[in-house]
Amino acid sequence: MQDTMMKRASELLADGTVVRVLGWKNGEFVYDPTPAVFDSAEALAQDFVYHDFCGSNLSKYLIELSRLEGKTLVFLKPCDSYSLNQLLTEHRIDREKVYIIGIPCDGKLDPDTVRSSAEGILSAVTEGDSVQVETMYGNVTLNKADCLLERCTVCKSHKVVVFDEMLGENGTVNPDSNRFDMVEKLEAMTPEERYEFWRGELSRCIRCNACRNVCPACSCEQCVFDSPTSGVSQKAAADSFEENMFHIIRAFHVAGRCTDCGECSRVCPQHIPLHLLNRKFIKDINTYYGEYQAGAEAGSRAPLVNFTMDDCEPNVIYKGGSK
Amino acid sequence: MKKVSRSSLDACFAAIAASQKLYLPVADGEKKRGAKYAPWFEGAVYSTAVNTVRSAKDFFFPQVEKMTRFKMDGKQIEVEDIRKENEDFVIFGVRACDAASFAILDSVYLSDPVDSFYQNRREHGLIMTMACGKPTETCFCSVFGIDAAEPAGDISCWMTEDTVYMQANTEKGEALLASLPMLEDAADDAAEETKAAIRQVLDKLPLKDLSTDAFGGDKLMKLFDSDKWNSLSEACLACGTCTFVCPTCQCYDIRDYDTGHGIERFRCWDSCMYSDFTLCAHGNTRTTQMQRFRQRFMHKLVYYPSNNNGTFGCVGCGRCLKSCPISMNIVKVMKTLGEGNE
Ligand code: SF4
Ligand code: SF4
Ligand code: SF4
Ligand code: SF4
Repeated sequence: MQDTMMKRASELLADGTVVRVLGWKNGEFVYDPTPAVFDSAEALAQDFVYHDFCGSNLSKYLIELSRLEGKTLVFLKPCDSYSLNQLLTEHRIDREKVYIIGIPCDGKLDPDTVRSSAEGILSAVTEGDSVQVETMYGNVTLNKADCLLERCTVCKSHKVVVFDEMLGENGTVNPDSNRFDMVEKLEAMTPEERYEFWRGELSRCIRCNACRNVCPACSCEQCVFDSPTSGVSQKAAADSFEENMFHIIRAFHVAGRCTDCGECSRVCPQHIPLHLLNRKFIKDINTYYGEYQAGAEAGSRAPLVNFTMDDCEPNVIYKGGSK
Repeated sequence: MKKVSRSSLDACFAAIAASQKLYLPVADGEKKRGAKYAPWFEGAVYSTAVNTVRSAKDFFFPQVEKMTRFKMDGKQIEVEDIRKENEDFVIFGVRACDAASFAILDSVYLSDPVDSFYQNRREHGLIMTMACGKPTETCFCSVFGIDAAEPAGDISCWMTEDTVYMQANTEKGEALLASLPMLEDAADDAAEETKAAIRQVLDKLPLKDLSTDAFGGDKLMKLFDSDKWNSLSEACLACGTCTFVCPTCQCYDIRDYDTGHGIERFRCWDSCMYSDFTLCAHGNTRTTQMQRFRQRFMHKLVYYPSNNNGTFGCVGCGRCLKSCPISMNIVKVMKTLGEGNE
């Protein structure tokens, strides 16, 4: 796949369709590629990579890149393409300035998970269903399925939803992803248990803001929590409960716009399952307003910013899915 | 040198914890979360993970700390000094890299004007280090002259299959070891074999030959003006992850919090990666992310050594390699800037 991508990117650079390519650059180790912009075939040949550790979602970078002169070529995996569509819906990206190549995906690896089973990694390659890891302390074979990013274990869709061309065959939406299983477990808890669960998770937050800054739905030029003049700027939480509020407010702010791309949970250095907050909102929206997937279609109106006569009454208390 | 069997290590912890707070690395829930420092409790299992996700600087330079309280009554302002004497505490299992980071924090916080909050914690903390039996690919402490086989601290420890050796390096450490009845005497060279084995592994680390030649106080303008900063920083999300997990990142902000009855002044970690870092009345001195990104690495590789006899402001713990969401880090910066620049 990597070679096909490089070849196609070089062609599009050569014929002037695009002036730059957004992709992934080879890292120090096998598992740490960095998103990067390439402006020539030579640059691509030198550093461009695409493999199972290229999990990062490139869509958000196009806010900046689509403001530059000329078109940018971007490679989008299925989940990344939902983010891009959502950013188009929010008028954050100029579609005319982006050339999208869709790439099929069968799951990306989580470096932290691999590392937790293989200390001292020197190389790691996927072969079919397994990951062969060479370490300083010997070789280890891991099951690929056990090393996937959380979002990939419950992939909602293998379909690239916006593209100018596809490399390889496009996939389909996966209605049986089971991505709400954990949300259901949380719903089944007593309020006290649930409170304990979230206090346990959120109290571990170091407020590095990685979750917010990586989030394609968090695209404000300046976050209210960063603005010294907002009155709610929050460089540190005054008490441990305020830390929870940051996350709950953020989840509300992205409700109906979060595509469940899973980046927040991928980047959290404390491994807090932030996606569960967002999935709860998605699940509730599905339940009360009908199935809705943010980013499935550019320009779609999210239930929370729309009105239909069938909408549920906000003052009716819903419990366990019924009135 | 003293020794204790691994099966008696728990008894050793219990004895320390009986007289003061003891912190040690334990597994942080599910496996991929790695290890964290936690207060010792009955049944706590010491994690031998090569390093904790958060660094040990948290003990001396906590993320948030209250400094003063102001009470207003008409035109009267009462300033309350809320500093209090810390209690003694012990941190067990600190790695050589983190132990070396304390010297870097000390040079900032203990030189005039002394930071009394930090000083107080330092005076009450006793550090027990653990040599690294299983260094990992992200470790590059040796590049900065740190020997993971010979960690500093008040007490240094080495662990084998069945035994833990302990060597006191300070009077404080001496006193603690003397108070632990389960310790037995060991020959002074009892840990030599373990050290040799560690050094053999250290010698195989993939980053051991990382060069620092291109860096230091005298390379300021050349590095500052390098056009490579643009591509190095292009993907940076401006989160503060790298600065918050780093044992040597030491910047803080001071803020006031209106409690409704008065003002509480606190300080909290700050990050040079943030848009409001060093915000002044006229605006910000660094207006682009490239400049903020550059600041972090210039500080560690140029400014700090320039003010501290050539000592670098990084200890090679590898945390920023593991935690950065876009996998940009000091090693990539050093390799990119170092190329053709020695
Ligand atoms: S990424 Fe994790 S630690 Fe950082 S602010 Fe978000 S939840 Fe907190
Ligand atoms: S810069 Fe990175 S490797 Fe160096 S001390 Fe900080 S976290 Fe560790
Ligand atoms: S960087 Fe060195 S001292 Fe730190 S954990 Fe790795 S081997 Fe040990
Ligand atoms: S270098 Fe990485 S960890 Fe640091 S601010 Fe940038 S994206 Fe965040």
